Amino acid sequence: MQHVPANQPLIIAVSRIVLLGGALALMVAPRFLDPGGLTMLTEFLCLLVLALMWNLLAGYADIVTVGQHAFVGIGAYAFYGAAVLLRLDPYLAIAAAGVVALIIALPAMLIVFRLRAAYLAVGTWVVAEVLMLAAGKLPNFGFGSGVSLPVAVAREFGARPAERFATIYWLALALAIAAFLSTWLLLRSRVGLGLTAMRDNEEAAGAMGVNLLRSRIVCFLWTAPFLGLAGAIITLQKLRISPAASFSIIDWTVFVIFIVVIGGIGSLEGPILGTILFFVLREHLATLGTWHLIILGTLSIVVILIEPRGLWGLLRKALGGDVIPVSHAARADFGKAEAP
Amino acid sequence: MTNILEIAGLGRRFGGLAVINDLDLAVDDREILGIIGPNGAGKTTLFNLVAGVLLPSAGSIRYQGREISRLSTWDRCRLGIGRTYQIPRPFVHMSVFENVLTAAVHGGGQSIAQARTQAETMLELTGLARDHNRPAGALTLLDLKRLELCRALAIGPRLLLLDEIAGGLTDAEVDTLLAIIQRVHAAGTAIVWIEHVIRALRRSCHRIAVLHDGAFIAVGAPEDVLSNAHVKTIYLGE
Repeated sequence: MQHVPANQPLIIAVSRIVLLGGALALMVAPRFLDPGGLTMLTEFLCLLVLALMWNLLAGYADIVTVGQHAFVGIGAYAFYGAAVLLRLDPYLAIAAAGVVALIIALPAMLIVFRLRAAYLAVGTWVVAEVLMLAAGKLPNFGFGSGVSLPVAVAREFGARPAERFATIYWLALALAIAAFLSTWLLLRSRVGLGLTAMRDNEEAAGAMGVNLLRSRIVCFLWTAPFLGLAGAIITLQKLRISPAASFSIIDWTVFVIFIVVIGGIGSLEGPILGTILFFVLREHLATLGTWHLIILGTLSIVVILIEPRGLWGLLRKALGGDVIPVSHAARADFGKAEAP
Repeated sequence: MTNILEIAGLGRRFGGLAVINDLDLAVDDREILGIIGPNGAGKTTLFNLVAGVLLPSAGSIRYQGREISRLSTWDRCRLGIGRTYQIPRPFVHMSVFENVLTAAVHGGGQSIAQARTQAETMLELTGLARDHNRPAGALTLLDLKRLELCRALAIGPRLLLLDEIAGGLTDAEVDTLLAIIQRVHAAGTAIVWIEHVIRALRRSCHRIAVLHDGAFIAVGAPEDVLSNAHVKTIYLGE
């Protein structure tokens, strides 16, 4: 049964203030952080974007992809190609990474949308690996070992490293805010209402008129440019592209799955909570080497066994409401006039 | 008088098992048709074929004169085929109101703002108004059956497929349900109703059809069908 704590509105209000406070802290962070701290926050924001996107696909549209890293890699290579090989304005090159990812998502849909469930997971993984291998065959991109970003391109984002780190941070923050706000609006829209129904019961959603195919297409095409843009910003930070790092399944897919599963799949709060927890754990467990990954994996299994909807699922049960409101309510006085 | 639904030579096999076998049926657009039959006769499979969850192995399904047997579930819903599930399939983490709103928005082809009124009207009609704010997962089985009906009504159906919504209701609740069904029917909706509660069918249906081993063995006025000796042997066990 639904349990609502007596001071629910207060707890939700405080949670929202904490969330807003966190967002404000991100806005002023460059004033207070050293380059190391800023780099970590940039990584945090990029991973948050990846988590929001994987959550939209796997948590709502039932596209449980294990090939998300492909679009990060495509973004990285597209950025390098546009900025270095085509000598475009570097900011324009970042935008190009998003556009290229979107364009490649179109034919990718033909493969992905023929598959369901476990076949889809394997299929997306295979497609991503093939793309990684193909990237290693590109002569102008340093073949299998990759290539560094020329100093001249990096300098466009700031003459000194400190300035550059700040610029990259602002780009990552802008992307994360755009990803969050637009996904929030999507979930509150007509399409999002259908997606939320799909999350809960796909067959019934279809029977109630939700166009399952179109909803999946919207989600797939929605995520691709964000993933590509994240790939470009990650490249800027690492100053290097390579098939192994740019298309890293561990960094851009496996960690992201951990984050969303632990944080809470099928909610907007979950990916945020999961990304914060992931970085807290990473900072404290980094010295443990491989144990870090074993602990993460064990944690996600334990969370799934206790509550399939993750930590946020547990918190939401206790709270009885959303911190980030995506739901639709009837008018305030509806249902009150009736006799008990 | 025109037929809203015309099924001809319909067949559905699962491997070697023919669950629906050369089935014919015509439903008038002003009709309430009851379907009875023993468990495993293929009743729910028939609904799944009409609603588009399953594709037929043979035969045709025409709705308002149009062949629909290859359309998706959502396209059929948009054309006005509403259905309830025998085992309720609510959107458990959404509120009761949102469950109904989703049907009104997507099945009814409305904007969220337009669909609100429709959703509220249907919640009041089915007696769920007081529970509109609760998560659907917290409802009792009885209320979940109401929600099934409410959602199906919110799409604005021209043809309503009801799958055992009267089971477990008290006599008073059956009366309430029949009143709702009469109202929906009076507003111009044809109804096909699978039900084991014979007294509910007897009071509301124009015709009753008996499904046995994937085909109809009797179709006609309730009194005629229910007094048919063959039907009594197979279904009523007399």
